[in-house]
Amino acid sequence: MMHSPYIRRPASVQRVMLTVLAALLPGIALYVWQIGPGILVNLAIASVAALAGEAAILALRRKPAAAALSDGSALVTAWLVALCFPPIVPWWLTTLAVLIAVMGAKHLYGGLGQNPFNPAMAAYCTMIVAYPALMSQWPAAGQLDFATQLQLILGGTREIDAVTGATALDTLRTGLRAPEASVASVRALDAFGFAGGRGWEWVAAGYFIGGVVLLATRTITWHLPVGFLAALALISGAFWLADPVRFASPLFHLASGGAMLGAFFIVTDPVSAATTPRGKLVFAAGVACIAWLIRNFGAYPEGIAFGVLLMNMCVPLIDMKTQPRVFGHRGGRPS
Amino acid sequence: MIGRLFSFRGGIKPAAHKEESAGAAIVAAPLPAQLVVPLRQSIRATARCLVAPGQRVLKGERIGAADGPLGTAVHAPTSGTVVEIAPRPMAHPSGLDTRCVIIAPDGEDRWIEHQPFDHRAAGRDATLAHLRDCGIVGLGGATFPSHVKLGRGKGVETLILNGAECEPWITCDDRLMRERAADILAGAAVLRELIGAQRLIVGIEDNKPEAIAAMRAAAGSEAEVVAVPALYPAGGEKQLIRVLTGIEIPYGKLGGDFGVQCFNVGTAHAVYRAIAHGEPLVSRVVTLTGSVARPGNYEVAIGTPIQDLLSLAQPAGDTDRYLMGGPMMGFALPRLDVPVVKATNCVIAASPALFPPPPPEQPCIRCGECARACPAELQPFELYWFGRARNFGKAQEYHLFDCIECGCCAYVCPAHIPLVDYFRFSKGEIWARERDKDAADAARERFEFRNFRQEREKAEKAARLAAKAAETRSKLAEEAPAAGDAPAADDAKKALIAAALARAKAQKDTVEVRNTDNLSPAVQAEIAAVEARRKAALETGAAPVATPDNES
Repeated sequence: MMHSPYIRRPASVQRVMLTVLAALLPGIALYVWQIGPGILVNLAIASVAALAGEAAILALRRKPAAAALSDGSALVTAWLVALCFPPIVPWWLTTLAVLIAVMGAKHLYGGLGQNPFNPAMAAYCTMIVAYPALMSQWPAAGQLDFATQLQLILGGTREIDAVTGATALDTLRTGLRAPEASVASVRALDAFGFAGGRGWEWVAAGYFIGGVVLLATRTITWHLPVGFLAALALISGAFWLADPVRFASPLFHLASGGAMLGAFFIVTDPVSAATTPRGKLVFAAGVACIAWLIRNFGAYPEGIAFGVLLMNMCVPLIDMKTQPRVFGHRGGRPS
Repeated sequence: MIGRLFSFRGGIKPAAHKEESAGAAIVAAPLPAQLVVPLRQSIRATARCLVAPGQRVLKGERIGAADGPLGTAVHAPTSGTVVEIAPRPMAHPSGLDTRCVIIAPDGEDRWIEHQPFDHRAAGRDATLAHLRDCGIVGLGGATFPSHVKLGRGKGVETLILNGAECEPWITCDDRLMRERAADILAGAAVLRELIGAQRLIVGIEDNKPEAIAAMRAAAGSEAEVVAVPALYPAGGEKQLIRVLTGIEIPYGKLGGDFGVQCFNVGTAHAVYRAIAHGEPLVSRVVTLTGSVARPGNYEVAIGTPIQDLLSLAQPAGDTDRYLMGGPMMGFALPRLDVPVVKATNCVIAASPALFPPPPPEQPCIRCGECARACPAELQPFELYWFGRARNFGKAQEYHLFDCIECGCCAYVCPAHIPLVDYFRFSKGEIWARERDKDAADAARERFEFRNFRQEREKAEKAARLAAKAAETRSKLAEEAPAAGDAPAADDAKKALIAAALARAKAQKDTVEVRNTDNLSPAVQAEIAAVEARRKAALETGAAPVATPDNES
């Protein structure tokens, strides 16, 4: 190095990304145990597609491929895409989504560090708008054996309603539209477990463990996950207390859908999230509020992806308005 | 006593590497064959040279006089002969030259006559002048003149002695505190009197228990010796003040503005030598460490070429460059014939094993590690993005100039971005633009003033003419009734014209030059004869008279 400092902490972007991948493993393990090993096939498809897509666009952009391919960021995107998609989507849907995430949402904006939108969430939103039926079919625990899962993933087309159902969140929302329905009556249905969707609450617990790992290794700060989970609990809690017949409990919201994956692995994407401590809280709370609104009143089974994209748009403003106080200065904002 | 310590945000804990040299007592380094003493030994001021080549000097003799408000004197570090006064490269990353006095030591190391200075009898101003003339500057690395920093002598409640020494590898202050604690505190007592401080606090990082013990034993109840957590950059002046007093001193402000002033322990020791013995600052303690066989601490004469020191420590074969200062804020020496100056606290032999080359730069992922490490509580990654985009105005808005270039951000960055280099670049660009802007402003002001001056002169001229015209008019208006009726005035005018014409005619007659003036009598006689003949011819008749000349 030409100039000071001449010493550096042994750290790298690659190490950050590998830590994130490692932290996903408990969730993946519980996923395999509860839902089935089909997810591993999806993860493999997504990983291959991400690396191939990254290599292709780096060649198109005439950029050196080795450093970018080995930084692990494409794999993180790929795994998040696979984990937030239903585990039985056909292979081409996963592939297409990952290519949109890596080549479109990431590289068209300039590559790692430059993208204003979370790539995995951009792919999720694109796909749920383009293929709402395929993207809304989630199996409950023990519903499908590995052979069936494999057949669904690799087969490409199928009779959807014969083997799968909607998510717990979706079931709840549609169930509540019936006359005389209440949260309690709908939750008695088979799709629900002790906290969230049957089987899925275990997966959420696995993500929570991974999140604790990320916090312990200082890969993420507490602001984003705590801001997200606290805001989700607060808003759902307030409505649940006001009308428990119409609104599900905070526990249900925290254990359902992508809440835990979102809290620790998705809103925490450093590139596209807010960066100041207060800004992170605002950003995460915004995502949680939008997600809750879509869960309760929207047309989609889950709202975190839309929440993330909408809040991504607000990040420059949030960051500007939440600049922390500088040492020795009174008042927080840049003057 | 101090109830509790405060903390500053951020900071890092790099491997201290103090044990290599901390055990080595201070020994005097041998004198080199030639000493190269820069006349610039304090920040932004070069001393006026007082010696000539060939002159013999004694140790401690003044060879440069303080010039300007930030100047301090420079002294011969040993007895010998001035060989040359010439520009030599200095210990600076640029390797630029500065004017130096080159002295060949005579080996006797004979002191100039010096005696203790009674600062109480002399008074404050004389004492400050004495410190200036003893060449006392801050030995923590900034070499700010101490007599300037001692300020007004009132309004400062707390004096802090900085013994934190937070940079890895450096142990010169540690050894000084262990070995010369009483002298340091005696110097601190003088400083305390000079700034009128009530309390004296010594801050030492807790990884130097021997120094803390030595200073506590020497201080008694005179000073509070406080162990501060070892967290780089705890030795930064503003960080140490924050830890010890809770006061945050913003960019552009001095400790004195907040009732607290901070001096390095080495400076206090130099003040003690200057007061108790009348000795000017001619040497300092330098740590030699890194990839060397014998790390140690040496009392080195100012002006000793660094290459002459290196043999003392025996650098290992894998040494690829030498750093002056610590690895966080020091710099690689561009060459080794540069002299030790008052800022030289440490020379580190660097090897790829100790200081591996940085991995290639990766894209910033805004992970925020830098913001968490920044002791100035900045958002370094934002400053980096602004600097990269050459959006320097925005960088300034985000307090770029609060950056103390401590290097914490670059140390923690997982993308291996040389953040401090980006900030130095941005600052340099802003300074260059300010200079350009100042020049443009000056040019515009000159232009505008010229326009203003021209306008003013035009207006003044117009005003003068208008005034004159008004005066004439008013005069005429006054004269008109006094001069009677109009024809009389006309007659007077005619008479005036006639008189003027007559005067002109008379003048013409008097000044008319003839070619017959000033002739000799013979020629005059001839002319007279010719005239007479012509007159006669004219008088004899209107008809031409036949003359012998005219007969044909």
